[in-house]
Amino acid sequence: MIEIKNITKSFGQTKVLDDISNCFKQGEMNLIIGASGSGKSVLIKCIVGLHEVDFGNIEFNGRDFTKMSFMQRKEIRSEIGMLFQASALFNSLTVEENILFPLQMYTKMSNEEMLDRVNFCLKRVNLINVNQKYPAELSGGMQKRVGIARAIALNPKYLFCDEPNSGLDPRTGIVIDNLIMELTKEFQMTTIVVTHDMNSVMETGENIIFLHQGKKWWEGNNIEILKTDNKELCDFVYASKIMQKFKNQ
Amino acid sequence: MLIALHHIGQYFLLLNRIFKKPENFKLYWRQTLSEMVSLGLGSLGLIAIISFFMGAVVTLQTASNIDSPLIPDYAIGFATRQSFILELAPTMMCLILAGKIGSNIASEIGTMRITEQIDAFEIMGVNSASYLILPKIIAALLIVPIIIIYSMFLGVLGGAVVASYSDFSSMDKYLLGIRWNFTMFSIVYALIKTLFFAFIITSIPSFFGYYVRGGSQEIGKAATKSVVYSSIVILIVNYILTELLLM
Repeated sequence: MIEIKNITKSFGQTKVLDDISNCFKQGEMNLIIGASGSGKSVLIKCIVGLHEVDFGNIEFNGRDFTKMSFMQRKEIRSEIGMLFQASALFNSLTVEENILFPLQMYTKMSNEEMLDRVNFCLKRVNLINVNQKYPAELSGGMQKRVGIARAIALNPKYLFCDEPNSGLDPRTGIVIDNLIMELTKEFQMTTIVVTHDMNSVMETGENIIFLHQGKKWWEGNNIEILKTDNKELCDFVYASKIMQKFKNQ
Repeated sequence: MLIALHHIGQYFLLLNRIFKKPENFKLYWRQTLSEMVSLGLGSLGLIAIISFFMGAVVTLQTASNIDSPLIPDYAIGFATRQSFILELAPTMMCLILAGKIGSNIASEIGTMRITEQIDAFEIMGVNSASYLILPKIIAALLIVPIIIIYSMFLGVLGGAVVASYSDFSSMDKYLLGIRWNFTMFSIVYALIKTLFFAFIITSIPSFFGYYVRGGSQEIGKAATKSVVYSSIVILIVNYILTELLLM
């Protein structure tokens, strides 16, 4: 479980996050949604420590990340896996080397054990015969899967996904969403997904928070989101004219 | 002025992060070997061509500018050797390497920054500054002196080829000039300078690449800035070291 309390973050004079508190549950899909510029990516980067918060606390199972030393943070980070918007695979390394990297860096496994783990992770994301390929040789969807395989290589307790289906067609996007959901249930991870894709919201939104102008505007799940009267959320969900027509009916 | 001070401070803070204890020595060493291959082998061809022809031209220039019968013929070989060992090989070749290696490093690290690969290292708990930059610095400190010795040899060889085919001097006199009044300190002096320059041509471009923000245009700007600043710093450090070591 990850709990954030009163998170505030500004860049210069611009307040990007304003007093956000929430509890992200273990073994469930926690979605952060909002329009572009609402602060979703900044929030996830604050939670993983890529940005320092100006005010507030971030607790990983009761351990306050904001008050930790560099070495203590390092320990928490070994429990974190992250899938980036553009996959962020190391493009000079093969798929196998990408997944091996965290294992070589942090475990004392033998080479055979590490290769077994790599093959297990690749099989788990339904990828075969790609071990020796470079990221540039893979499609966008395959790169996302390799990103997920790398993120789960160290058996993380916490999984963060920054717009996991951006740049993918809706069908592949849903396959990736379902894969993340399956892994979350299987390994009982606390998963936080940042998205503005409504297909993802409908498919996997167990716990959703909606950010608007840097504030937590709404909280609920994928059933409740369809029934909400919150104007800003409705503007976000029913953005197109055809969807507005559908809602009015 | 304030911006310049801010960048200098940021550069030293980055150096502080780079020289932290590595997480995994084996991985760092493997990375260093790979950098030695890419920084060293990739530059050998260019350095060979430049050194050989520059040696040949220095020999021709010296010969054509010596008119006095009081200056012995072996002075041509002597002048070629001195200019190559003391300045052309360490300083000129490092300026060329600053262009070749420096722009490469800045764009490589800059691309990793904008494609979030550096963030991925940080999330894994890896000190990205150290993992990406330290192997480049160590590789350059090990390989650039070898490249410079290779350049010295080829420069003098270029002069020898000119001496053997032209009629202003004989090969024997050129070789006498090469050996005349030779002190080992000249090589030591050149290698000391080279070590400083090797550090500059890897750390400054790494700094510009590491802190790049924006898109591909900014990567291009960072690469250009890294070459300009590395070259200026090399020239300033060259003057300071020459004052300190030769005076």
